Amino acid sequence: MAETPIPLEVRNITKRFGDTEVLKGLSLKAHKGDVITLIGASGSGKSTFLRCMNLLEQPDEGDLIVHGEQIRFRQTRRGREPADWKQVVRMRARLSMVFQSFNLWAHMTLLENIIEAPVHVLGKPKKEALEQARALLERVGLTARADAYPAQMSGGQQQRGAIARALAMDPEVMLFDEPTSALDPELVGDVLKVMRELADEGRTMIVVTHEMGFARDVSSQVIYLHQGLVEEAGPPQQVLGSPQSPRLKQFLAPKY
Amino acid sequence: MLDLHGYGPRLLEGAGVTLQLAVLSLALAILLGLLTASARMSRHWALRQLAMLYTTLIRGVPDLVLMMLLFFGGQMALNVATDALYDRFGVDWYINLNAFAAGVLTIGFIFGAYMGETFRGAFMAVEEGQIEAGKAYGMSPWLVFRRIRFPQMMRHALPGLSNNWMVLLKTTALVSVIGLSDMVRIAAEASRATHEPFTFLIPVAAVYLLIASVSEWLFARLQKRYNVGFGGH
Amino acid sequence: MPDITLWFQELLAGNVIFTPTTLGYYWDGLVTTVQLVFLSLVAGLVLAVPLAIGRSSRHRWISLPIYLYTYVFRGTPLLIQLYIIYYGVVFFDGIQETFLWPILREAFYPALIAFTLNTAAYTTEIFRGAIKATPRGEIEAARAYGMSSGLMMRRIILPSAFRRALPAYGNEVIFMLHASAIASVVTLMDLTGAARFVYARFYAPFEAFLFVAAIYLCLTFAILYLFRWLEKRLLAHLRPQN
Repeated sequence: MAETPIPLEVRNITKRFGDTEVLKGLSLKAHKGDVITLIGASGSGKSTFLRCMNLLEQPDEGDLIVHGEQIRFRQTRRGREPADWKQVVRMRARLSMVFQSFNLWAHMTLLENIIEAPVHVLGKPKKEALEQARALLERVGLTARADAYPAQMSGGQQQRGAIARALAMDPEVMLFDEPTSALDPELVGDVLKVMRELADEGRTMIVVTHEMGFARDVSSQVIYLHQGLVEEAGPPQQVLGSPQSPRLKQFLAPKY
Repeated sequence: MLDLHGYGPRLLEGAGVTLQLAVLSLALAILLGLLTASARMSRHWALRQLAMLYTTLIRGVPDLVLMMLLFFGGQMALNVATDALYDRFGVDWYINLNAFAAGVLTIGFIFGAYMGETFRGAFMAVEEGQIEAGKAYGMSPWLVFRRIRFPQMMRHALPGLSNNWMVLLKTTALVSVIGLSDMVRIAAEASRATHEPFTFLIPVAAVYLLIASVSEWLFARLQKRYNVGFGGH
Repeated sequence: MPDITLWFQELLAGNVIFTPTTLGYYWDGLVTTVQLVFLSLVAGLVLAVPLAIGRSSRHRWISLPIYLYTYVFRGTPLLIQLYIIYYGVVFFDGIQETFLWPILREAFYPALIAFTLNTAAYTTEIFRGAIKATPRGEIEAARAYGMSSGLMMRRIILPSAFRRALPAYGNEVIFMLHASAIASVVTLMDLTGAARFVYARFYAPFEAFLFVAAIYLCLTFAILYLFRWLEKRLLAHLRPQN
C-alpha cells in the first residue's frame, strides 16, 4: 500500500498547569487537505491544545503521531519530556506555526526571516531559498517589503510575512494560533484572504480563531472546546448552523 | 617636546602589554559571563546557587585582594603540586605563575561575574515569542541560541558590556602592583628614577583616555549594528 | 571580660599566624580603611553637589570644564591618579616650607585627596543624571508657584534627585571601599596593607588574603543593607500603596 500517512494525529492529550487541568483528553485527526477550526471561549484550552501539537507545551499524557511517526516520550523528575529531541526538531519542521503576535525575528529583514529556517533547519541552498522566498512574497503581496524589518511593517503585513515564512518550510500541516486577534479590524481581511487561498489549494491547516465567518466558509471540521473538553465537533454547517449544546448556542449568539 | 629620558620604547611596550591584558581578560570575562548567565537561568538548583555564590563573592571583595590571593596563593598551590610531583614521581618540573597570566585570569574571573549579570538581564529581555518561533520552525537549541537568542540579546547587553569594558580597562592598572610591566608600572618606575612624575604619568593617563574614547566609538558602531530592526524607520 | 579574653586566647592558642599582634595589624588596617573611605566619601559628596548643579547648567563655560574633570577622572585608573598626587605633591614650589608639608608627606593625605577627587567625579555624574531625570511637571509646578531658580533647586529638584540617586550612590560607596585597597600600594597600612604585611611575614597567602577578603565582604554587605534600608525609608513615596 503506497498510501501516504496521515499528516497529524493527536490522541487523548491532557495537560495541567499546577492544579488546573487545562486539557482533559483531546484527540484530533488531520487528513490531507483538512481545514480544522478550533473555537471556544478564552480559557477553553484551544491555544494550549494547538501548542501541544508542535510541543511548545509538553502534554502530560497522550500520543502525537506526525506523518505516521509516533513521538516518543520519557518520564523525568520534571514531568514528561520528549525522549528524542532530534525527533521533535524533525517533526516541528513538518508543522509550521503562525503566531498571534507574528513573532517575526526582529533582527532580520522579512526576506531573511523567510529563508532562515529553510536554510539552517532544512539545509536548503541559499540561492534556492531566496528564489522561493521571493515567489512567496509576491504571493502574499509583500514584494516591495522584502528588505524591511518587522518593526517597519504594519501588523497585517507582518502576519502575511509570517505566513510566507511558514509556507517556505513546505509544511505538511500549518498551525494558526489566533492569527488575526492582534490585528486592527481593517487589516484582518487581507490576512483572512491569504488563508482562504491556502485552504482552496488544499493545504492541511489547523486554525484557532474567533473569526466565525472563516470557520463557516473555509473549514472542513469545526471543534468547539469548553474547559479542556470537546463539547461539539463536526462539519461547520452542523456545528455552527444547528448547535446542540446550550453553551455553544450562547457562544455563537450575537453579542449586542 | 616631551623628554622621556629614554623610557619611550619601554612605555610603548607597556602600552601594548596593557592592551593585550585588557583584550584577553575581556574575552575570558565574556566567556565566563555567558556561562554564569546560563547557570543562573539553569533548571538545576545547584548550578544556580553556584553562580549566585560566585557573583556575590566576587562583587564583595576588592579586585586587588582577589588578584593577590590568586597570584600569591596560586603560586604557592602550584609549588605544592610540583613538589608533590617531584617527591612521588621524580618529575622535576617548576611552573612559575607569571604576572601576565595571573592578571588575565584574575581580571577575567572578576569581570566574568559582572558580565554574568549583564548577560542575564539581556537574555531575559529577549521576548519569549522570538524564541518560540525558532523552536516552532524546528531549530535545535544551539541553532536558536546562535541565530536568534544571541544576536537579540547583544542589543540589550551592549551598554552594560561597554561599561564593564571601561571599568576592566582601568582595572588592568592593578596588575602592575603584582609585578607586571604594563605602562603604569613603567611610568611609576620612571617617575621614581627621574623625579619627574608628571612627565610619565600624565601621558599614560592620556593613553587610557585615548583607548576609552576609541572603544566608546567602536561600541557606538556595534550598538548601531545590533539595533538593526529595532525601533527604526 | 576575663572570660572573653580567656576564650580568645584559647581560640588563638597554637595559631602561628593569627596572633593578637597580627590581629592588631588587621584592626589598625580596618580603622585606616574606614577613615579613608568615610572621609573621602564625605568630602567627595560635598564637592559633588555644586559640581553636579554646575554640570547641569545651560552655560557651556560652566558645564564644560566640569565635564572635562569628570571625564578625565572617570576615564583613567585611580592608581594613576594616586601616583600623580603621591609622587607629584613634592613638586609644587614651596610646598615643603608651608604648614601643609607635614600632612602631605604622609601617604594618608595624598591618598585621601586622590580618592576624594575620584569619588567626587563619579558622584557628580550620578547626581547630574538624577537632576536631569526630574519630572518636568514638578519644575513647571514650582515655576507656577513663583519659586526662584535657587529656591526651586533647593526645595524641589535636589531633594528628589538625592533620593533617585540613592541606589547608584550605594554602588559608588561599595566601589570606593574596594578601590581603597590600592592605598596599600603607596605604603599605607590599610586593610589590604595589613594583609600584605602578614603575607610577607609568614608567607601564608591564603590565610592573609582570605581573612581580609572576608572582612571586606562583611563591610560590603553592611553598606548594601544600609542603603537598602535607606532606600526603603526615603523612597517609600515612590512605591505603590499596598
